Amino acid sequence: MMAQWLWLVPAAPLLGAVLLGLFGPAFGTRVCAMIGTGSVGIAAIVAVLLALGGRGVSQALWPWVVLPGFSVNIGLYLDPVSLLMTLVITVIGCLIHLFSTEYMAGEAGYSRFFAYLNLFVAAMLLLVLADDLLVLFVGWEGVGVCSYLLVGFWFLESENGWAAQKSFVVTRIADIFMLAGLLLLSTDLGTLSIRPMLAAATAAWPQGGALPTTAAALLLIGGLGKSAQVPLQTWLPDAMAGPTPVSALIHAATMVTAGVYLVVRLHPLFLLCPGLMAAIACGAAATLLVAALAGLFQTDIKRVLAYSTMSQIGYMFLALGVGAWPAAMFHFLSHAVFKALLFLSAGAISMRLHHEQDIFRMGGLRTKIPVAFWCFLVGAASLAALPVITCGFFSKEMILGFVWSAPGMGPALWAAAIFGALLTAIYIFRAVFVVFFGPATTAVSGAYGVRIVLPIAVLSAAALCIGWLETPHFLGGRAFFSAFLAPSTGVVARHRINGLIPLAGFCVPLLGTGIAWVLYRRGFWHALAARPEGRLRALLRGGSEFDAVYDALLTRPFFWAVRVLRDDPVDQAFGGLEWLAIALHRRLRGSQSGQLRRYAGWLTAGSVATILLLVFG
Amino acid sequence: MIAWTGPAALAGALFLLGLLGLLARRGLVFVLMSIEIMLNATGLLFITAGMRWGNPDGQIMLIFVLNLAGAEIALGLILILRLRDRLPTLDGDAATLLRDG
Amino acid sequence: MNAVFLVAGGVTLVATAVAITRANAVHALLYFVVSLLGMAVIFFDLGAPFAAAAEVIVYAGAIVVLFLFVVMMLSLDRAAAIRESSWMVKSVWAVPALLVVLLGGALARVLTAGAGGGVTPLVITPQAVGAKMFTADLAAVELASMLLLAGLVGAFHLGRKP
Repeated sequence: MMAQWLWLVPAAPLLGAVLLGLFGPAFGTRVCAMIGTGSVGIAAIVAVLLALGGRGVSQALWPWVVLPGFSVNIGLYLDPVSLLMTLVITVIGCLIHLFSTEYMAGEAGYSRFFAYLNLFVAAMLLLVLADDLLVLFVGWEGVGVCSYLLVGFWFLESENGWAAQKSFVVTRIADIFMLAGLLLLSTDLGTLSIRPMLAAATAAWPQGGALPTTAAALLLIGGLGKSAQVPLQTWLPDAMAGPTPVSALIHAATMVTAGVYLVVRLHPLFLLCPGLMAAIACGAAATLLVAALAGLFQTDIKRVLAYSTMSQIGYMFLALGVGAWPAAMFHFLSHAVFKALLFLSAGAISMRLHHEQDIFRMGGLRTKIPVAFWCFLVGAASLAALPVITCGFFSKEMILGFVWSAPGMGPALWAAAIFGALLTAIYIFRAVFVVFFGPATTAVSGAYGVRIVLPIAVLSAAALCIGWLETPHFLGGRAFFSAFLAPSTGVVARHRINGLIPLAGFCVPLLGTGIAWVLYRRGFWHALAARPEGRLRALLRGGSEFDAVYDALLTRPFFWAVRVLRDDPVDQAFGGLEWLAIALHRRLRGSQSGQLRRYAGWLTAGSVATILLLVFG
Repeated sequence: MIAWTGPAALAGALFLLGLLGLLARRGLVFVLMSIEIMLNATGLLFITAGMRWGNPDGQIMLIFVLNLAGAEIALGLILILRLRDRLPTLDGDAATLLRDG
Repeated sequence: MNAVFLVAGGVTLVATAVAITRANAVHALLYFVVSLLGMAVIFFDLGAPFAAAAEVIVYAGAIVVLFLFVVMMLSLDRAAAIRESSWMVKSVWAVPALLVVLLGGALARVLTAGAGGGVTPLVITPQAVGAKMFTADLAAVELASMLLLAGLVGAFHLGRKP
């Protein structure tokens, strides 16, 4: 019964976006805020009601492409995975909208902001609810466009424009690969509708064959670009140029997890290519280490969080690489909660400090802004996976368990993951201690309204509680979450692992926190920041210089070609003809001397030549 | 009886001499005279042809050539007389008003 | 090739050659008259008495005389003659000579390539010429008279002082 309202979920934010886009400036600030938050709220309510109702509902809407041999229908499909994603997007989205009604108060373009944000939510919901890969691709591109629009929201400053352009171009390049993958799938299997396509693929293609590997690899590259993984991760730190709610919603909770969703949705295809899965796991391990190392040296609080997003999504891809779909989705859920919490708290802090974002210019905020302190602390603890009390612990524990018991490279990957966890704890608590402890450096002004405090309070509560959905066996062995997802991901058995491995997972975050505290007390972090930057530190801080590599390989040759072709060589060749004609004219002008004798001579010469030709030729 | 190639060769030679004078001499009077030599040589060729084919056409053509020469020389000489005012030396190479650039 | 033709032809040729190399205009014209007279003899020898007479009367007697009259009017003095000979340097004859030789070669080739023709010794009387000219070629005669008229009018107009 509830199925027929499924269309309302993406339609409500879309309607909000259209209204705000067309009439936004005419409405007042209050009306814009109400429409913006309300439309996402409606979607959230419908999603919750659908959750309470049945599962596995689908709603066909319209036919789109009707060709002999290939057809695409626009339809929505709600199964446990997409329901989970929908709930996260709408509920957390609604909280973030509420937060930004106060955060963005007084900004020019208020209605524009909410229009874009609603459009983004609509596109993202279309992406997760799509029943056909081509419709998913429409949502995919839509979120890319909205990300561009929102990162470049304050477009009057050119660096924001460049950051937006960078994010769009990098994800676009990834999307081209994804499109190639879609073309391969459609031409070989005849359909892009997800369930029939997966059935055809598993039936027709051999395990480890070239076709499934190629198709899956192409789709994966699209996903890597959207999720900011190595080697397409360079855009995410620069995308922090957008407003903080944008970073919270798009670049932490939702858009960057689109790649994870894609792999989980198409997991039967990926199960056909064990080699590719191994490659995914290795790439993910590399990403999480690169990002964690970078996070140690950042000074801008949002960039710390950006690199931590990159790293945590690396954990999700690591879980995907070993086939642990429920673990990846669980980590997605807890990451969405605590990352949104962290970004919103960071935004709340900088709001009171005149938008200061350098952590070494903040200090002593524990006593000045206690609300922000406690919320940020809960978020940081979840990120570091402090044992038992935080959701991050449970989800990371689940992933580490699956990684350890993976055949082949399991232990090596586990070692990388645990080292990454150590680094995570260190860098996030470095940020916590530097920002909230010690002497105050910047003055605090203003106060919070309820619209700021409510979302971060709700998210803190969630961060503390959600973890209990799925517990490891030594804490109860509850598998509610996996059971919830089982209809779409299949049953993935969780091995009992004893002894050191869970203990390591227990202790490493505490160890990391301790190291960060000790170093803080010794003033190491401040001294490190004050020292001029060495080569190694610059390399790690810049995310291992992928930017420089791309600059040398792609940007410079392109601009060289532009420079060479700037004067239009082809046109100049034609100009050469003109020059030739004029030069010849100047030479031949000399023969017009005006002298009778010479003219007579030329006449005679010409006639003699012709006569000779006729007589002797 | 005469083979026609002799007079024809003579006519050719006279024509060439006239041409030589036309191209080599600078004074306008001599240029006109060379033109006359050429016309005359052509007339000889016509007579030779008339003799060859045995009909009066050659002589008739000669009459017309004479006619033409007369008209042309009259006009040419008048032009030289009028040109004297501009070109006192009657130098053909000095008449370059139609020069380009 | 009888003797008359050879002698007259030689005279004509030499006289013409000399005529084109004189510095004095009157001298050149007189040599030209000699060449015309030689030409008349050749015409007579070729069996065209009327043409010979016309050549002497019209060409040498009228046209060249006209030429001489105008040359006298130009009063070309000694200075003119010196100037004229200064213009006749050796280098000036080079290119014209080349062109003339080439053309001569072509003419020679044409003459020797054709077949020789037997010709009956025939004298074409003035009567025959007149009969043909004023019956079959009457239109051409009329056109010739118009040409003379054009020459007359043109000379009259151009000769008037403004």
